[in-house]
Amino acid sequence: MAAKFFDEIWGYSRGRKPRPGFEEIAHWIRSTPKKEMRRRQDSAEAAFRQLGITFNVYGEDEEAERIIPFDIVPRVFAADEWARLSEGLEQRVNALNAFLVDVYNDRKILADGVVPSDLVLGNPGFTPAVNGIRPPHGVFAHIAGIDMVRTGPDEFYVLEDNARTPSGVSYMLENREAMLRLCPELFEMFEVEPVDRYTDALREMMQSVAPESAPKDPVCVILTPGHFNSAFYEHSFLADNLGIELVEAADLIVDDDIVWMRTIGGRKRVDVIYRRIDDDFLDPLVFRPDSMLGVPGLMAAYFAGNVTIINAPGGGIADDKAIYSYMPEIVKYYTGEEAKLPNVETWRCREPDALKYVLENMADLVVKKVDGSGGYGMLVGPSATSEEVDEFKKAVKANPNGYIAQPTLALSTVPTLGEKGVKGRHVDFRPFVLSGANGVETVKGGLTRVALREGSLVVNSSQGGGTKDSLVLRPPRDQKQSQSQDGRSQSQSQAKGGS
Amino acid sequence: MRLDIEHVTHYAFTEPQRRLVQLLRATPSSFAAQHVVDWHIDVDCDARIRPGRDGYGNHYTMLYVDGPVEAIELTVSGEVLTDNRHGMIEDANEPLPPPVFLRSTGLSQADDAIRSFARDVENAESDPLKRMHLLMERLLNEIRFEPTLDAVERDAATAFAANRGVCQDHAHIFCAAARAIGTPARYISGHLFRRDGATEQEASHAWAEAWLEDLGWVGFDPANGISPDDAYVRIACGLDYREAAPVAGRRLGGGDERMRVDVRVTEAHMQHQQ
Repeated sequence: MAAKFFDEIWGYSRGRKPRPGFEEIAHWIRSTPKKEMRRRQDSAEAAFRQLGITFNVYGEDEEAERIIPFDIVPRVFAADEWARLSEGLEQRVNALNAFLVDVYNDRKILADGVVPSDLVLGNPGFTPAVNGIRPPHGVFAHIAGIDMVRTGPDEFYVLEDNARTPSGVSYMLENREAMLRLCPELFEMFEVEPVDRYTDALREMMQSVAPESAPKDPVCVILTPGHFNSAFYEHSFLADNLGIELVEAADLIVDDDIVWMRTIGGRKRVDVIYRRIDDDFLDPLVFRPDSMLGVPGLMAAYFAGNVTIINAPGGGIADDKAIYSYMPEIVKYYTGEEAKLPNVETWRCREPDALKYVLENMADLVVKKVDGSGGYGMLVGPSATSEEVDEFKKAVKANPNGYIAQPTLALSTVPTLGEKGVKGRHVDFRPFVLSGANGVETVKGGLTRVALREGSLVVNSSQGGGTKDSLVLRPPRDQKQSQSQDGRSQSQSQAKGGS
Repeated sequence: MRLDIEHVTHYAFTEPQRRLVQLLRATPSSFAAQHVVDWHIDVDCDARIRPGRDGYGNHYTMLYVDGPVEAIELTVSGEVLTDNRHGMIEDANEPLPPPVFLRSTGLSQADDAIRSFARDVENAESDPLKRMHLLMERLLNEIRFEPTLDAVERDAATAFAANRGVCQDHAHIFCAAARAIGTPARYISGHLFRRDGATEQEASHAWAEAWLEDLGWVGFDPANGISPDDAYVRIACGLDYREAAPVAGRRLGGGDERMRVDVRVTEAHMQHQQ
């Protein structure tokens, strides 16, 4: 009998026969003693704890700083799978950026009736304050995290677009460091695309979008809300890797519409800010006046074209789940091509027919708030109690515009180490796509999140999910040319970077 | 009318400040009902001044002052030629489509009381223009104008429940109520020439505009019960007070701040012009 879910190593064979091309990793999973796997996993988690890669779970005490569980069994993408995926991602991110420039300027897509005007203009994510802004090179979403799921060998779907400040990239990099250290044999076995390209790609992108007035070697900084923020580790990690300053609001001042950083040696002009604080808190003179995390005058410097803000303010409109439902049309509108990556079928509760369907079938659906994230404000029908379903029906009826619904997808599984050995667990995937003056680049890797509980489809770290390394294999042609020698030096140089 | 405006803001600090950053929305734009002849912004200390335009099309001015500074006086002055267009906003720079002004904000959020008040107005009058006039009249009658009330940031619902307020409260309630019945509305800050001879005012003025399919944007001043005429100088628009306020600022340095505003709006004498 075929398995109900597609397993990325075993296909539908229920562990009997690996998919073509995945024989070696299947052998590794089979032949590595579980005790040894567990030892390595514990060692990785101990290292993460020591590094301080922790996060706060919303709704828990401050002491509830936890590490996101790490799973030692990697996910593997074949080179051709990856090639198709990254083509689709780049097309999508190009369209997202074109959409953002359009809705804040000419609004042609609204005039042409492709996306309903009221959906954009009335959307809390649409930010009137940045209306009329065209950021350098037309890039709003410099760093996009596109959340994907897979349901079959060639079936990848986009679940949501994160165009504000997607987090998680430090896990991609740290998970790889851990794997190189703990499972070096895997990198002997395969030629794996390095993920540490991300740091260089990010630096190149940041420099490429600097204002015209900036010097050849522009000054870039990362702006963090501070060490109380749940993603602070990532902020400091990225600043360290990039070799740039990690600053808080108090380190920056705006004078004469120019952003300056206070240093021991005096003021230093800042050209590019990779901010990890939300739009609302960026500048108390324009957004929330009570914000202590922002820099007064920052928006004036931005409007004057004296500083680039990454990601550009106003991108939240592209994260909205109701806008998401129009992405196939948006991609077609701006690129002239059909979307290479499909959306998950989505019912917009704002439409009466869709609302009726959703209310009648809620127990089989996943229902989401259009502006929710992190697995909050979400109902997974099949695993919800009837009381929870009734609660949600009430909420949806009271505010249909605020919700969308999707079918429960048969998410792929990846073998994962659990109490009773290695078993298939459901996963999703967040690749990171960078857009700058020199085009779009998807770093070959990403963040795989895994629902550790048997049968669970919720992978959010705030809801008990873990992470895995995601290995993208080099095309076989390269493998033949370089043989194992190159593969070895590759893995060695990567391992060195982590020490 | 030819109006002379002088808007002086005086700040005094109990402790010297190391830095001041201010965003001023103090410069009017020209459109059919007003022509800006002449406009200046002056500061009585060393400052860097940078002009800009925001997403709503408002002119703004950034002001950067280095300390130590114990007091600062900011003078905005100019001359505007006005024409009575009965509140109609024609030939203005309108970078945002009207549906944007259907959204509510913290200060302009309708509560149940405002919604039911708005529905009464909606049911009482079917003509869109007359409906907005009715809304304005009812606000004039029901919300007592109390100029002595301190101008803290009060939201529409609080002011509506208290039945009293200053012009910014009237404008917030108007916006909240109009939006609640599907009419885009926005908050306007500006100046008013007082025909009763009260040339000295302690604050600038505020009113609202509603968008009507056949007429475009039309102004309503619910604190005075009229549509703006040639006594009005329109400065900035936004979804609420915060987005259109004459000033938003931050200072670096402790202590308290005392602010005094003097606004003089007078009819200009021709010989005054050079």
